[in-house]
Order: sequence, then C-alpha cells, then structure tokens
Amino acid sequence: MAYSDKVLDHYENPRNVGAFDKSDPHVGTGMVGAPACGDVMRLQIKVNDQGVIEDARFKTYGCGSAIASSSLLTEWVKGKTLDEAGRIKNTQIAEELALPPVKIHCSVLAEDAIKSAIADYQAKAGAKAAKADAA
Amino acid sequence: MPVYLDHNATTPLDERALEAMLPYLRGHYGNPSSVHRFGRLARAAVETAREQVAALVNSHPTQVIFTGGGTEANNLAIKGVAAACRPGRLAIGATEHPSVAKAAAALTRRGWRRDILDVDSEGRVVVDALAPGTTLVSVMLANNETGVIQDIAAVGAAARRAGAILHTDAVQAAGKINVDFAATGAQLLSLSAHKLYGPKGVGALIVDKAVEIEPLLSGGGQEQGRRAGTENVAGIVGFGAAAMLARERLDEYGRRMPELRRRLEAGLRALGGIEIFSARAERLPNTVGFGARGVDGETLLMGLDQAGMAVASGAACSSGSREPSPVLRAMGIERDLARGAIRVSLGHGNTEDEMDAFVAALAAQLARLRPPVRRAAG
Amino acid sequence: MRRPIYLDYSATTPVDPRVAEKMWRYLTPDGEFGNPASRSHQYGWRAEEAVEAARAQVAALINADPREIVWTSGATESDNLALKGAAHFYGKKGRHIVTCKTEHKAVLDTCRQLEREGLEVTYLDPEPNGLLDLRKLEAAIRPDTILVSIMHVNNEIGVIQDIAAIGRLTRARGVIFHSDAAQSAGKAPIDVEAMNVDLLSLSAHKIYGPKGVGALYVRRKPRVRLEAQMHGGGHERGLRSGTLATHQCVGMGEAFRIAQAEMAAESERIRGLRDRLLKGLNDIPEVYVNGDLEHRVAGNLNMSFNFVEGESLIMALKDIAVSSGSACTSASLEPSYVLRALGRADELAHSSIRFTVGRFTTPEEIDYTAQLMRAKVAKLRELSPLWEMHQDGVDLGKVQWAGH
Repeated sequence: MAYSDKVLDHYENPRNVGAFDKSDPHVGTGMVGAPACGDVMRLQIKVNDQGVIEDARFKTYGCGSAIASSSLLTEWVKGKTLDEAGRIKNTQIAEELALPPVKIHCSVLAEDAIKSAIADYQAKAGAKAAKADAA
Repeated sequence: MPVYLDHNATTPLDERALEAMLPYLRGHYGNPSSVHRFGRLARAAVETAREQVAALVNSHPTQVIFTGGGTEANNLAIKGVAAACRPGRLAIGATEHPSVAKAAAALTRRGWRRDILDVDSEGRVVVDALAPGTTLVSVMLANNETGVIQDIAAVGAAARRAGAILHTDAVQAAGKINVDFAATGAQLLSLSAHKLYGPKGVGALIVDKAVEIEPLLSGGGQEQGRRAGTENVAGIVGFGAAAMLARERLDEYGRRMPELRRRLEAGLRALGGIEIFSARAERLPNTVGFGARGVDGETLLMGLDQAGMAVASGAACSSGSREPSPVLRAMGIERDLARGAIRVSLGHGNTEDEMDAFVAALAAQLARLRPPVRRAAG
Repeated sequence: MRRPIYLDYSATTPVDPRVAEKMWRYLTPDGEFGNPASRSHQYGWRAEEAVEAARAQVAALINADPREIVWTSGATESDNLALKGAAHFYGKKGRHIVTCKTEHKAVLDTCRQLEREGLEVTYLDPEPNGLLDLRKLEAAIRPDTILVSIMHVNNEIGVIQDIAAIGRLTRARGVIFHSDAAQSAGKAPIDVEAMNVDLLSLSAHKIYGPKGVGALYVRRKPRVRLEAQMHGGGHERGLRSGTLATHQCVGMGEAFRIAQAEMAAESERIRGLRDRLLKGLNDIPEVYVNGDLEHRVAGNLNMSFNFVEGESLIMALKDIAVSSGSACTSASLEPSYVLRALGRADELAHSSIRFTVGRFTTPEEIDYTAQLMRAKVAKLRELSPLWEMHQDGVDLGKVQWAGH
C-alpha cells in the first residue's frame, strides 16, 4: 500500500507520544477502538482554566495511518478551545493525510478520540463543580 | 526449419516483448498482491500492461480481466455471464472456435437453450432477428480458419433489439485489423497474447462494466474478484508490450499482408482446381483458407511439411482429427473440397519469395497426389 | 547486502536462473515457438516434445505417471478443477465435501461456490497448533461424502499435515482425496502412491518456476474422473482446453527437476537459517510462534508480536519484504483467518508476521532482519497503549473496549 509523505512523516516521527496522569483534573482521556479490530487510540488533553487545550499526548496501537491520524490530531488541538477542538472533522484529517478510502476509518477513530477526551474532561470538571456546589 | 505459414496457430514472441518480460523473470519477481516493494513493482507492471491491452481495442483499463489465454477468456465470457443470471437462451455463430462452441454446449446441460446462427457460403453469420428471450449472443470477430470478418455491428444491433448481451471472440482479429470495443457493440471481447506476437499462456476478457459476470476460478480475489490466481506477471507484461507493438505496426501489417496474400492467391489460382474460401467476403489480410480438389488434406499436409512448408489443415486445436472441419461444413463447402482444405496464415516475417516457394511446393505435391486426368473416351 | 531483503518466498519466488535459461529456447523468435497442438509441422512437434518432457519431470517429483499430470494456469485453477470437476462428475454419488478452515482461499472459495450449487461442506477446525485431529476428520466423513480436501503445507504457518494418514483413511472409506501441494512441492517429500492421494494441486512459482503455470495430478488407478471446467480444443485429454504455454511448462519442469535433485540439502540449509531467525527473535518478550514447530516446512516462521499491530510493523520493516497474513488477503483489514482458526485472539492475529526463507537467503540477511525486528518492535511498543497497560498489569481481556 502506498502511503502519503505526510503519513510517513508522522509515522517515522510521531509528535507528542506519551501519557499524562489520568487522575489529574486538568486532563481528559479518550480511549477508542479495540485490539480485536486492529486499532486502539488513546488521546489525552491538558486543559487550562480558560478551557484552552495547552498540551496533548497520544499512544496508538494500529496501522501507520492510525498512528499518523492521532499524531496529527495532537498537533491540531493544542491551543484550541474545547469547542474548537470538538469541531474537528475526520474528513479534515483524511484530507490532510491523503488517506486512501480503506483507511478513512483511522480518521474517524481520531475524531472519536478527541470527542471522547473532551467528554472525559468535561465530566470530571462537571463532577468537580457539582462537588463545589454541594459543599 | 521450414517456412512458417501458420501464424493463426501461434506467432513467435516479438523480441521487444521478450525484453519487456525479462525483468519480471529475474529481479522484479514479486507477487502483485504483496504490499512490500517487490509486490508493488509487480503490481505497477501489471497495471501498465492493462492500459496497453485496453488501448489496443480502444477500451478502458478497468474493463480488462487478464486470463490464462483466449480459451479461458471465452469460457469466462460464456459461463461467467450465464452463471450470473437464470438459465435462458443463448445464440452462437455456426463457425465459432471450440472454446465458445463447447462452453455453450456445456450450458445446455445446465438448462440453457442454444441456437446456432447459420452462416452463408462465405462464412458470414446471417442474423435478422434473434429468438425472443435470447439473453446471450456470441459471434466471433474473425474466423481462425477462413479469416472471414463478421459484420459484428449488425449482430450487435440485433442483440440490442433482443436485449441480449453480445460477446465477440476477437482472438484472431486483434493485431490484424483495427478492433474498437465500443464500435463492435459487444459487451464482452476475448483476446489472446500469443496470436499477436506475445507470450503463450495469457489472454484477456474485456468486459463492459454494466455486465455482471461470475468468476470461473474462485480464490484470492484477484482481477477485481473476477479471476483468482496469482497474476502471470511476466506473461501479462509481454502481452502489454505485444499489444502496444501491434497497435504501432497495424498500418504496416495492413499494407504488407494484403500484398503478400495477393501474390500467394494469384499463384494458387493459376494452379487450377483450387478454391479459396470466403474469397468474396471481407477477410483478415493474412489468412488464406483453400481447398484443393481430389486430394486428402492430411496427405497434402505431410507432403508440404516434407517440402519445408509449415501450414495447417484446420485449427491447430482440432488437428489430427480426420473429419472435415466443422467451419467448412457449416459453410456448405462440398466434401471433396473440404477434405483437401489447407490454411495458410501469414505473419510479419514472411517474404514474397516464400509465397512463390509455397505455390511451387504445392504445385509439386498436387502433381504427385492428384490422379492423372482421365480424358473422356471417344 | 541487497535491500529490501526478500523473506516472502511463500508468496512467490524468483525464477531460478537455470529455469530461466531453459525457458529461453521457447521464447526467442529463433527458438521453438510452435503451438504444441499443431500436428502438421516440426514447429508444433518440437513444442509438444518439450511439453511432454516437462510433464515427466513434474510427475517424477511426486512419483506419478506423466499421463496423470494435467497442465493448468496455476494452483488456483488446479484447486478449482479438482473440487468443481469432482463435485460435478460425482454429483449423483454424493453431495458432501470435507475440508479444513485453514485451507487456501482457492479451496475455500471454491467450496463456497459449490455450497451455492447445493453441495454440503464441512469445514473442520484445526487444533491450536494448526494440525488436524484425524479422529475429527474421520468422524466428519459421511456415506454421501465424495471428496476430502486437505492441504499438505499451509501457506501462512507452514505446518505439514499427515497426508499419508489421511490418504489411508480416505482410501479405506472410498472417498476421493485432494491435496493442495502448492506450498510443499519441492520442500517436503511427496509420493502420491505411498500417500494415496487422488488429486494434487501444484504450482510452479512457489518453487522457483514461472508464474502462470501449474498442474493437477489426477490418479489413473483407481481412476478418478473429473468434469472439465475449461472447454475448447480438447487439450489435456479433454480435461483442460487451451493452448499450452510451452515456455511455462518447460520452466515448471526444470524447476521441479532441480527441486527433486536438491531438496534434501536445500531443506537442511533453509531450516538452519529459519532457526537462526527464530533464535534472534525468541527472547523478545510477548512473542508467539504460530503453528506447530516440529511438523513444519523448513522455510516458514510465523510469529505474533503482541501489542504491536501487524501493518504498522510491516511499514517499519520497509527494508525487508515479509507479509502479514497471506499475500492474497493482505490488502484487506481482516486479521488472518488461518490464525483465527487456530483460536488465536484477534489482537495476536493482527500482530502476526510471516517470514519465509528460501533458496537465495543468506545468514547476513537473517541477522540483519532479527536486529531490525527487535528495534522496530521496541519502537512501536513505545507507541502502543496496549503495551503500556500490559506493563502496568492491566488484564486487557477484562477491559471494556469501545469497539467499532
């Protein structure tokens, strides 16, 4: 299968590989996919008090396109508000990486990962607010 | 070696086609289904060849299914279409190649009704209207024994009126005359590499996208699921190169073959007692089928071989049988003439001197074999 | 060292230079280009002679009579002809076939086709080591079973089935036995008489011959009948019509002659290289060999590298040509059906790489490959959330995955 130069670049030099402390209230974690399907993507975002994503990390088990999709996404979400990050569409990722049709699902997975990370952060923040209210 | 005058049986591989094949017998040996570099190189070569073969008959590369030869292409066309629909009615020309005729016969054992389209005394299919309910028609573009070229556009029109799918066997026509897939009106067209200076063991079926076709060979899903089996990469590359060369040389072929044939036929006519088949019809420029009265074809062939002339009696596939050719029978050729039938098929390498040599050799054989003419008594 | 290094000899092999040289005479314009079916001149006779000599060479490797060899366009066609040909001919006798889930697609897809025509097919599960339990095979044979089709050597995991034992069983039960030997001819001894095989599929390009040619062995005594699948000029005793490609037949014959002469010594050498590779990879944590190591063809090593996805690994190995799953299915995203049939978890099936060593492999290539594998597996595991979880002691089997 022929990979685009951008996929190859992200695959050879993945950006923002690693992990944040999951229990950190500023961290949102999204893990999507399943080993049985051949891809698992874990995306983490660190959000400041202004609701801006300051930093991001990923680890991905999957093909080159899946790795590239998540690596690219970590670059894109940095500096974006949660709202902006939540509006990233898989088609933008697929287009940027010139993914062939059989690899479109990798970009879908990346979109799911960021949505899931945002939801995780918001759930935590919501719980914290609720606790503060109750106090 | 004898003078080779049997180009409708097979042709020598063009040296340039061979050169194109060499890298794929040596370094670039990958399996086109493999994703690594060896595989991708092989895949690219197959796809280039697909474009070259498509161009030869003015079709689209996605319409090309590579096969193991013309016989497989014909079987795939007939049985593949039949398997994709309910048993119905099919019509084939009376002078089709055995790979079409016997594939059609096999369908009759599966509930299909088969009509045979008659030919006239020149070997041309006469088709006014197809029987109602006909779903598949197969008529060859040019005949291997007589070289007669069918009015395929007319057959196509009849097929269209009947709502039938048309297949045409262009194995003998491609590389000898201009073949335009769309202009034939056919939805399926068979090709073979070794009839046009390509390698043996590879052919193609051109298939219109609208036609549903079931594979003959099940397996790895190659050729868009329509023909399983690891691609014969070197063979396909050789086919592509030969197709490209055939296209380039078509004008030259169309000039030289008629010249050679005119000389040959003038010589034959001068001998007397010889009839050239399909002489009043449009024929491939390289093919001369003729009957010599008063001799047995097999004996004549042996004599010609002794004299250094390699020709054929009927189609190579059925050589060895002593029955008169079914093609000539269908044309209503009288038995005495059909019994002494010889096919001469010319090619790029032949010369005018060879035409003269053949006529001389034939004259000598006829003089030997024919009983002396008895004068009427009194 | 030339790169990429070719370690995909089960997908296809280069044509041996000795084979290419033989083919030459039948390819050059001043050579023997005649149609072997032309009966009226020397061009045809000489081509026919060459085809018959090659037929004898193919027959010799498997201890068959040359008259029992039918030329085809490859093992896929041989498998199709064997299964469809027998099923159609013996349709009145019975309508049941027994095969195995790890067969090549050419057998499995043909069985599916026959099921659509109304036949019944039993697909046996192999044991976790890839071998068949013969008691299960025996139990699957019914009074209306006409054919058992079990491959000799598996293309993905290289395990060798006990063909002789299956042959005894099928002969005793009066059932036709077909075996796909595309991956074993020239690599493991075959004797159709001793093994009681009735139909045997062969390929040239898996054993240093050309692509696009194969053969089917069809037993004469007791006679096995087939309905032809390719109709036409009546070539190959009416079993398979179509002009024979002289150079292809000659190439296959020479490839089989060489294989017969050199198989014993070559297998030793190749086994040594395979074991060297295994030794170089075996101490990476969480790696698993797929398929039985003892009953296995010399050149095959199939391993799963847990927590690393196969396609990304192949991408990392662009200097070596290997495959994940089989070549025919590797364009799809499905994990290998062969490994699944062994009961391998999907993630292990997704993480598998097939290395196949062959005639032109060198020790240097093996060492380079082992070293590269170690580095790339480590790198990809750094990227893998599954590896991290595994190291943190998470039981991945108990995780609720948001699957797709």
